[in-house]
Amino acid sequence: MRRGLCTALVFLAAVLAAPPAGAQTTIAIACSALGIEARLCREGAEEWARRSGNQVRLVSTPNSGTERLALYQQLLAARSADIDVFQIDAVWPGILANHLLDLHGKLDTAGHIEEVVRNNTVGGRLVAMPWFANAGLLYYRRDLLEAHGRRLPETWRELTDTAAAVMQAERARDGSDRMWGYVFQGRAYEGLTVNGLEWLASRGAGHIVEPDGRISVNNPRAAEALSLARSWIERITPLGVLNYAEEEARGVFQSGNAVFMRNWPYAWPLLNAEDSPVRGRVAVAVLPRGAGEDGTHAAALGGEQLAVSRYTPRAEQAVDLIRHLTSREEQKRRAIAGGFSPSIIALYEDPEVLEANPFFRDLLATLRAAVARPSGATGVRYNRVSAEFANAAHAVLSGRSEPAEALDRLEDRLERVSRGGRW
Amino acid sequence: MSVAGQAAGRTAIAPAAATARRGGLSGMEIRRQRAAWLFLAPMLVVLALVAGWPLLRTVYYAFTDATLFDLDYHGFVGLLNFRFLATDPDWWRAVWNTLLFTIVSLALETALGLIIALTLDARLRGRGPLRAAMLIPWAIPTVVSAQMWGWMLHDQYGVINAVLLSLGIIATPWAWVADPSLALWSVVAVDVWKTTPFMALLILAALQLVPGAVYEAAKIDGLGPVGTFFRITLPLIRPGLMVAVLFRALDALRVFDLMYVLTGNSPSTASMSVYARQQLVDFQDVGMGSAAATFLVLIVAACAALIITAGRVRFDSAGS
Amino acid sequence: MPRGLRRMLGSIGLYLLVAVIVVYTVFPFYWAVVSSLKGGQALFGTELLPRDPDLRNYVALFRDQPFGRNILNSVFVAGSVVAVSLALAAGAAYALGRVRFRGRAPILMVILGVSMFPQVAVLSGMFELIRWLGLYNNLLGLTLSYLIFTLPFTVWVLTTFMRELPKELEEAAMMDGATPFVTITRVFLPLMGPALATTGLLAFIAAWNEFLFALTFTLTNEMRTVPVAIALITGSSAFELPWGRIMAASVIVTVPLILLVLVFQRRIVSGLTAGAVKG
Repeated sequence: MRRGLCTALVFLAAVLAAPPAGAQTTIAIACSALGIEARLCREGAEEWARRSGNQVRLVSTPNSGTERLALYQQLLAARSADIDVFQIDAVWPGILANHLLDLHGKLDTAGHIEEVVRNNTVGGRLVAMPWFANAGLLYYRRDLLEAHGRRLPETWRELTDTAAAVMQAERARDGSDRMWGYVFQGRAYEGLTVNGLEWLASRGAGHIVEPDGRISVNNPRAAEALSLARSWIERITPLGVLNYAEEEARGVFQSGNAVFMRNWPYAWPLLNAEDSPVRGRVAVAVLPRGAGEDGTHAAALGGEQLAVSRYTPRAEQAVDLIRHLTSREEQKRRAIAGGFSPSIIALYEDPEVLEANPFFRDLLATLRAAVARPSGATGVRYNRVSAEFANAAHAVLSGRSEPAEALDRLEDRLERVSRGGRW
Repeated sequence: MSVAGQAAGRTAIAPAAATARRGGLSGMEIRRQRAAWLFLAPMLVVLALVAGWPLLRTVYYAFTDATLFDLDYHGFVGLLNFRFLATDPDWWRAVWNTLLFTIVSLALETALGLIIALTLDARLRGRGPLRAAMLIPWAIPTVVSAQMWGWMLHDQYGVINAVLLSLGIIATPWAWVADPSLALWSVVAVDVWKTTPFMALLILAALQLVPGAVYEAAKIDGLGPVGTFFRITLPLIRPGLMVAVLFRALDALRVFDLMYVLTGNSPSTASMSVYARQQLVDFQDVGMGSAAATFLVLIVAACAALIITAGRVRFDSAGS
Repeated sequence: MPRGLRRMLGSIGLYLLVAVIVVYTVFPFYWAVVSSLKGGQALFGTELLPRDPDLRNYVALFRDQPFGRNILNSVFVAGSVVAVSLALAAGAAYALGRVRFRGRAPILMVILGVSMFPQVAVLSGMFELIRWLGLYNNLLGLTLSYLIFTLPFTVWVLTTFMRELPKELEEAAMMDGATPFVTITRVFLPLMGPALATTGLLAFIAAWNEFLFALTFTLTNEMRTVPVAIALITGSSAFELPWGRIMAASVIVTVPLILLVLVFQRRIVSGLTAGAVKG
C-alpha cells in the first residue's frame, strides 16, 4: 500500500516535471513579468518561434530587480540550462559576465547606441545585446500646470516650488488632500539609488563611486541635494513614497493624484491607455537641473539587455531569438506599443515611433548623456554599494539622519565594502 | 505560530514515558531495541540529510569568503565575517528589530490571548463557530496575510486609513509601512492579528482544565475576579502558557516572510533572517550570510535556554 | 433588580467583546473577498460592499498565469510531505515511544533542536543539496526540504500518542510471536488513525503555507507553489495595480484551508493543545 503510494507520487512528480514534448528546440527566456513588458516579450518571442519553427517558454521572474538578479545568479552558479536567454539590467553585465556567452561576431551591434554597447562589453567580450535603453524622465500634468499658470520647472528647486503651489491650489479647489506634488521611487532598493544618483549628478556631486574606484559620495553638494529631497517628504511628496517602487508611484500619478512623477519611459503608453484617468493630460520632460552654474540635467542610464547563458546547449537558437528580439522591426513594435525606447539610433527618427512617443525626439540626446551607475567600478560589489547608498538616502528621506552625517557614515561603509577602495 | 512549535510543546509537557521497567534485558528486549534502531534509521538519515548537513555547510561557509557565483572556489578567512558582522550597525539594528518584535508581539499576544480566552471561557452560545472563526487568521498563509494587510495599510488606498479618517481618529492618511517609526509596529500588528487567536485557543484549553471547584473556593475566600485571576487561574495555567510562550518566542526570533513581503529589505524593519538572506542572496556573499545565520542559530538557542530556565519549562519526555 | 440589570449589562458587554473579537479576526479576510470582487478604479475606493461585484480578477488569475497548476503543485507538495513524514515518523515514534534504549533522550533533544532551526540558516546548504540531487526547480526538491520542519514535529506528536497506547496490546502481539514491524502495522497503526489525521493535517497546513524554500528552490511559473505565485503576481493588464488579483488568489488559497479548519477544528485544537496544558 505504502509502496504503491510512493510509486504514484514519483510518477506524478515525473509527469509534473516533464518538459512539454516536442520535436523542435524549446528556448526558455526570462523576461520581465511587469505589465505590458511581459506581453510584448511574449509576443515577440512567439513571433520568432512561429518563424523559426521552434518553441519558446517564458519564465516569469520576480518584479524586483534585486530578486531577479539573485535568481539569475543562483541559476547560473548552478550551471543550470533551465533558462537560455536572460533579460538583464544595465548594471548587471559586470556581475554576470563570467556566466554569459560572448556575442561578439555572432550579433551585429552597428547602429545601436554606442554608450549602451560599451556598457555591455566586459573585458572585450560582448556579454549582452542592447534591447532597450532607459533614462529617468519627468512626467508632469500639463493640464494642471496650465490651469495654474505655471511653467515647466527648470531646476529641482523650481520643481519643489511649482509642485507645492499647484498641489495647494488643487487641494483647495476640491477640498480633499489626495493631491500630491511629486512622486518618485523612495523604497530602499535599486530605484532609490537611481533617483539619488540623479539628484547628486545633476548637482555636480559625483557618481557615488567614480570610474577609477574613488569613493566620492561624501561631499557638501551631495548633502545639499539630499536635504532638498528630504524637504519634499510630507510637503509635496506623501510619506508613503518611502515604500514606493516604480509601479506604486505610477499608481498615484495615474489616478490623478500627483503633479509630477519621476519614472522610466515605460509609463508613457500606460498613462495614455484607454482607461487611464490622466490620458492625454500628461507630458514628459528631462529631469530638472541641479542648482548652481554647473548644474546639469542628469538622467540615470537604465535599460535592459538580452544575454545568453554559457551553459545552454541551444546557443545557436538562443542567439537567433536575440537577433529577432533586438531587430529593428521588433524594437519599433515595442516602441510603439509599449513606449520602450529602442537601442537602435535610427528609430528615434522613425515617424511612426515619434507619433506614438512624441517625447522620443529629445530622448536620444538624454540617453547619450545619461549617467551610468557605478557598476563598472564596483564590479561584483555593486549590489552592496547600491544597497548602502539606498539605505543612506532612505535614512535621510525618512528623517532618521542628517544628510552630512549619513554621507559620512556611508563613506565609511563603502570604504569597508571596497576593502579600502580596491573593489 | 508554527505548527511544529506548538506540537512540540504538546509532547514536551506530556507525562514521563510509560516505558516498561524491567530488570535484565531479555532476548525479546534486545530484539525490540534492534528493531527500534532499524525504525529510527530512515528518519535519522533524512534528518541528517535535510537538517544536519545543510547546517554544517552553513557553519563551514561562515569561515570562508564563498560567493554565490561560484561556491566551489573559496578561501578560509577565519573570523573575518564575524568581525565584519559585529561592526555592522545594520546587523545590530536587525538584532534589535527582531528582539523588539519578539518581545512586543509576544507580550501583546499573550495579554490579548488571555483576555480573549477568558471571554470565551464564559459560558456562551456558539462557541464552536467562534473557535473556528478564530482559527482563520492562523490558517491563512503568512505571505497572503502580509499581502492582505499590505493592501489594507496602503497609505493612499488602504481601508484602515479610510476608516480612521472617517472616524476622525487621524487627520491625514498615515504611511503605515513606509514611515520608519510606524513600520515595525505595523508588522507587529499583523503578527498579533495572525497569532493572538491561536494563543487564545491554547490558553482556553488550559482554562477549561481548571476545575470549577477552585473558583467556588476562591469565591468563598472572598477573592475578587482580579484576585482570582492572579492568585488562582494564572498559576494553574502557567505551565501550558510557558510552553506556548517558548515556542512562540522561537518562532518570532526567526521571523522572515512577514517583513519581507510587507517592507522588503528596508533596514528599519529587517529581522535577523531578512538580514541574513539579504547578505546571502542579494549580495551573493555566502560567507557573510552564513555568518549571520550561524549567529542567528546561536541567539535562538540562547533564548530557548533562557526561557526554559527562567520559565521552568519541563521537558520530562526528553530527560527521562 | 440591580443584580439582574448588572447581569444583563454583563452579558451585553460579553457579547460585544465577542463581536469585536470576531470582527478583528475575520475582517481582513472579508476585506480580501470584497477587494477581489472589485475591478478597475473601484478597487481604490473603500466602500465596504462592492457596488457591482464581478469575477474578472478570478478569471484573469487563471487566464494569465498557470494558477491552477500552482494549486496542483501545492497540493502535490503538501500531500507528499505529509505522506513521507508520516511514514518515517510512525516507525521512529514506535522506537522512541515504546522502546527504552540508550540514546533515546539525546535523539529527542536533537529533534526538538531541529524544529528550532531558522530556515535561512540552512538555505545555502539546502540549495547545494538540492542541486546535487538534481532536484532544482522540481517539486520533489520541495518535498525533501520541507521534511526539515514537518518531520521533527510529526515524530514528537506521534511519539506522544504512541506512548499513551496501552502496553498490553503490544505484549499480546509479542506473545503471538509478531515481529515489531507487524506489531506496528497491525496493532498500532489502526489505533493511531486520529493521531495520524491530526498530525497530517497540521503538516499539510505548514507545507501549504511555506514560502522561503519554495521561492528559492523553484524557478518557473509552472513549478511554483501558491504562496510564491501570489507573492509574484503582477498586474499584466493595462494599468491596474494587481491588488485585485492578489486578493482573488488569496481568497482561493485560503478557502480550502478554512474549510479544513472548520471541519477539523475540534481535532486541530485538541491536537495542538491537549499536551500543552497537561504539565
